[in-house]
Amino acid sequence: MTQMSKKEYEHMVKIFSPNSPVLTNCIKAFFVGGCICVFGELISKYLIYLGISEDVKSLLTVIILIFCGVCLTGFNIYSKFGRFAGAGSMIPITGFANAIASSAIEFKKEGYIIGIGTKLFSLAGPVLAYGVFSSFVVGIIYYISKII
Amino acid sequence: MANIGKQTIKFKKNISILETASIVGPKEGDGPLKNYFDIVLEDIMAGENTWEKAESIIVRKSLELATKKAKLAMTDIDYIIAGDLLNQNTGSTFGIRDLHRPFIGIFSACSAMGLSMGLGATFLESNFAKNVLASSSSHFCAAEKQFRFPLELGSQRPPTSTTTVTGCGVALLSNDNSDLPKIKAITTGKIVDMGITDPFNMGAAMAPAALDTIITHFNDLNIEPDYYDLIITGDLGHIGSEIILTLSKKEGYLLKNYKDCGILIYDKDTQDTHSGGSGCACAGTTFAGYLYKKMIEKEIKKLLFVPTGALLSPLSVLQKESIPGIAHAVAIEI
Repeated sequence: MTQMSKKEYEHMVKIFSPNSPVLTNCIKAFFVGGCICVFGELISKYLIYLGISEDVKSLLTVIILIFCGVCLTGFNIYSKFGRFAGAGSMIPITGFANAIASSAIEFKKEGYIIGIGTKLFSLAGPVLAYGVFSSFVVGIIYYISKII
Repeated sequence: MANIGKQTIKFKKNISILETASIVGPKEGDGPLKNYFDIVLEDIMAGENTWEKAESIIVRKSLELATKKAKLAMTDIDYIIAGDLLNQNTGSTFGIRDLHRPFIGIFSACSAMGLSMGLGATFLESNFAKNVLASSSSHFCAAEKQFRFPLELGSQRPPTSTTTVTGCGVALLSNDNSDLPKIKAITTGKIVDMGITDPFNMGAAMAPAALDTIITHFNDLNIEPDYYDLIITGDLGHIGSEIILTLSKKEGYLLKNYKDCGILIYDKDTQDTHSGGSGCACAGTTFAGYLYKKMIEKEIKKLLFVPTGALLSPLSVLQKESIPGIAHAVAIEI
């Protein structure tokens, strides 16, 4: 192993390593993600049909979707779903529920405080941290634009 | 014993592989090698309540099985040399703690089987032991938990990724004059790091190390690749294997008789294992189950067994370190 530089090797590895099938993954993600959104919309419409107010309707829809995500995770269905759909099932709120529930299941053996308690947000944590941070930034921009 | 060349030890005594034992999980039991393993578990938890405990019970049962098959008692074993992937080698140590035998825990990532067999052979050659158990183990779920994501997380794996083998392979080494496969030489590998940083492409990280060890072995012993009936690496997988074959051609070696345990252990088309199998148990169980039996049947008479390891940790990956590769060669003949 004397004749090759790291750069050359990196180039060679790239040739041999197949990329993920981006186009098919995107199509799958588009349809599955879209279906989850349609499902959310159906729940929302049904809640309106039941005569629930606009504010409560949105909140209830989110809660129902999260419940579905957690349940499907517990029954070992969401992981299979995710293997097929990728970002399509990871980006919607059901995916967020899956990230939290899967961590809770995984680290239950290490106890309720140190296990579940600390690891619960090991995957969802970045979403929360940067979600809150970006809403703070957007808030500031909004505030300044109002003054101007 | 003689040091030959740069990294090779050639043994003068008869260092026989008296027996082997292999226990694997359900997925490996569905694979092409299913008929060669001693025990295929129906339950990946092995009746325990954590994956880590499951791995340890698999280790203990495999060690006991190898000893029993050789009609020895555990008290006849002078040393147990074992390695696994879990933090602080707990997969091995917790399995061995009730066996009350002198224990040498090793870490060499997925190349553990090569190192444990090599160390065991040197103990026997130097007369410091009569019977040594060499073992390596891994568990898919425990490895995922430690190195990757929770099992229930709905994520996709890239095509270059491999699947950790659940199981344990054991070789019982002994000074014995009978007509059994014998360890003739070992070449202990050195770390080769070609700058690969993708933990989902470990075959690419390890292939240069494997080739380095194999070429050093040929040069040290002054032999050609076709001396062996089979040269088999541990867990380079489909992508790593293509890379090593191309690299070897560039270095002027034609490895016609080359295979990889990570390719043999799973069916690529039906088992959704992407680039193949990996983990300490990949080389361990393939040797203890498949290769040893093929040697006993004399289908393979000269084998160069080269388990491969990617010496990364979850922290080193996050800190953007490249992945050092290693491979240890064990030359076995019957």
